[in-house]
Amino acid sequence: MAFSFSDEQEAFRGIVKRFMDERAASTEVRRLMASDLGYDANVWRQLSQELGVTGIQIPEEYGGQGFGFVELGIVLEEMGRALYCGPYFSTTVLAANAIMNAGSRGDKEQYLPAIAAGELFASLAFCEPSGRWDVESVTTTAAPADGAFKLSGQKRFVLDGMLAQQFVVAARAPGSHGKDGISLFMVAADARGLERRAVRALDPTRKLAELDLHDVVATPLGEIGAGAQALEDTLMQAAVALASESVGGAQAMLNAAVDYTLMRVQFGRLVGSFQAIKHQCAELLLDVELAKSAAYQAANAASDADADQRVVASIAKAASSDSFMGAAIRCIQLHGGIGFTWEQDTHLWFKRAKSSEVFLGTPTYHREIVVANWA
Amino acid sequence: MSEITEATVRAEVRAWLEANWDPNLSLLEWRNLLADSGWGMPMWPLGWHGRGLAVGFGPVVEEEFKRVRALGVAKSGVRMLVAATLLDHGSDDHKRKYLRRILTGEDTWCQLFSEPGSGSDLAGLVTRAEFVGNQWVVNGQKVWSTSAHKADWGVLLARTDWDEAKHAGLSYFVIDMSQAGVEARPLQQMNGYASFNEVFLTDATIPPDMMVGERGTGWAIATTTLMHERRNADSLRSWTTAVGGEERIYQEESAEIATVMAPYQWYPQRAGRVDMIMDRARETGRLEDPVVRQEIAKLLVMSKSAEWTARRAREAQQLGRPQGPEGSLGKLASSHVARAAAQVHTLLTETGAMLAGPDAPADGLIAEILLSVPATSIAGGTDEIQRNIISERVLKMPKEHRVDVGRPFNEVRKNTVG
Repeated sequence: MAFSFSDEQEAFRGIVKRFMDERAASTEVRRLMASDLGYDANVWRQLSQELGVTGIQIPEEYGGQGFGFVELGIVLEEMGRALYCGPYFSTTVLAANAIMNAGSRGDKEQYLPAIAAGELFASLAFCEPSGRWDVESVTTTAAPADGAFKLSGQKRFVLDGMLAQQFVVAARAPGSHGKDGISLFMVAADARGLERRAVRALDPTRKLAELDLHDVVATPLGEIGAGAQALEDTLMQAAVALASESVGGAQAMLNAAVDYTLMRVQFGRLVGSFQAIKHQCAELLLDVELAKSAAYQAANAASDADADQRVVASIAKAASSDSFMGAAIRCIQLHGGIGFTWEQDTHLWFKRAKSSEVFLGTPTYHREIVVANWA
Repeated sequence: MSEITEATVRAEVRAWLEANWDPNLSLLEWRNLLADSGWGMPMWPLGWHGRGLAVGFGPVVEEEFKRVRALGVAKSGVRMLVAATLLDHGSDDHKRKYLRRILTGEDTWCQLFSEPGSGSDLAGLVTRAEFVGNQWVVNGQKVWSTSAHKADWGVLLARTDWDEAKHAGLSYFVIDMSQAGVEARPLQQMNGYASFNEVFLTDATIPPDMMVGERGTGWAIATTTLMHERRNADSLRSWTTAVGGEERIYQEESAEIATVMAPYQWYPQRAGRVDMIMDRARETGRLEDPVVRQEIAKLLVMSKSAEWTARRAREAQQLGRPQGPEGSLGKLASSHVARAAAQVHTLLTETGAMLAGPDAPADGLIAEILLSVPATSIAGGTDEIQRNIISERVLKMPKEHRVDVGRPFNEVRKNTVG
């Protein structure tokens, strides 16, 4: 188990960081968050063709870069720091991982090269009106029909749901319970019987949609009825990825807080010279570094498919969500009044932090997984 | 001269051990051989009981010692901090007189730095050393001196010049602890143990050649000692176990360890004993309570994250990378972990936490945890001082405005007790 990044990984981080600094400045974030689809086609093309990160963890035989979750984590940490707006989490993280976990060779050949090439937007349609993130919560049904399947149900909180061309949809055999009978399906966005609507999100940089499925004809992704494990793995890997994104955001909030206190003068001195402020920043740094360690550990564990990867993933999700939210709250507080204005950038990360806190399961949900699976 | 490599070092130490290691020697005889040969402290300089080897060869020598179950020099207490300080700042006379007996374990040392009025603000200390006739005469009170009641020698930080600025008026001495003017009294802690001492200095005397460094350079020298303390904090605080064996030398070592480690037996408890949490949760039946499960998980998330952070710091150091922020955070993290652990132990033990002693829950360990954890966020630099250090050194935030620098110490408002 490595506890440090290699020189190559550090160099790669530098490249991604520079790219994000140039292409994802907060003016861009503001422009894209006000748009319907929330992404810039030109930047997406560069991410794919210049950096090759749209298929970073996709095997080379399917057109990807063949790296693992550690490199994916590096990309996401830098995206989180810059608050990158685009369909990366939906397409490269959720959909590609689901296809890699569940799909047959033919499925992978059909979708992964297009994702890696930046030509296909896809997402995962798993969560339902219950808002639950456990695999067992699926109620959407998949009824066999003439060699294919007809899906009916409601999907909610679908990332980039208005942009995606393909959805990986989780459904279960009628009458099945728990983890039994769960399968994943590929559904085209223009399939008959599929209605999608944009929903207004608290975090406007993370575009969300609702899907209603009425007897939508779908093809299975991988083996029918055996989707629970692949789905669980996909959600776990997503939690690991989100942890990386969140520690990047937390670091941005820490930096913004410290920078501001070293600029603002009150009572004849920099506010950053007061211990009341310094000590808060020291605690914030501790919190962010602990969460980073957990996120790095989780990326490593997922890369190696360690026996304890599920526990470590949930530790990372809980730690990073709490750290990001805490850092965003502190950052606004340390800015004082201006921190509550629209003009100040802090609220952009605050909204991402709140959204990330509950997306893929709250810290409370993940802490329960930690205790339940503690060896 | 041929190049020194891992292989040559290994061959050399192996040959020396083959020729000299004998578990039927007395501990003292063996350690004198180590001091003569330099194999006890191979990284120390040639001529001063070392071999001048690069730090990287340390593990090789250790491995070879372990392989034949050979024992090392005495390393307990503050002796190694004193030795490192004397190597850096002591005169040749000091080194000749003290180093060998530090390594053999014949002499025991203690540190006389902190005072009742000067903990975090150590440089504000007011123990007075005055040159009267042909010697230094010392008056004052020191505190938190581990094993001072058994020590042969102490390293003392005292104020010699009151008209100098705060830090510039301090000098560093070696003091003979056996004299009448030195009285060490055990200081009982809130957990019932008495691991430390208060030391009262009443007209205690020090010959002039026992000053270390120059008059007025005491602060810089004490900083060396404290730096070594921080660097070695892990190894010094970890529970030392005897190698064990029938032969004479192993028996002597076991007896030595039992004595020197006695003050530290509660140290694992002050870290919070996170390792006991899951077993305790099961045996108390509290693991079924969802509120308790959340609190346990919060603790586990924090303690695992702290553990991984420490490993990140270690690995970066081994790779020779510049130290990142992760290297400065361990002490503060351990305070948070210890405090959270004490709270979870309370949740698990419930009303039983009213009890103490051998009949209390977990044979009294829970009570000992609850009463020892408060030391973690104070000893070796309080959380508040740690936050200052982190914000100033890592985050580059300015120091708080101070009113005690840049003028004679006589004019500065003195620290007070209580």
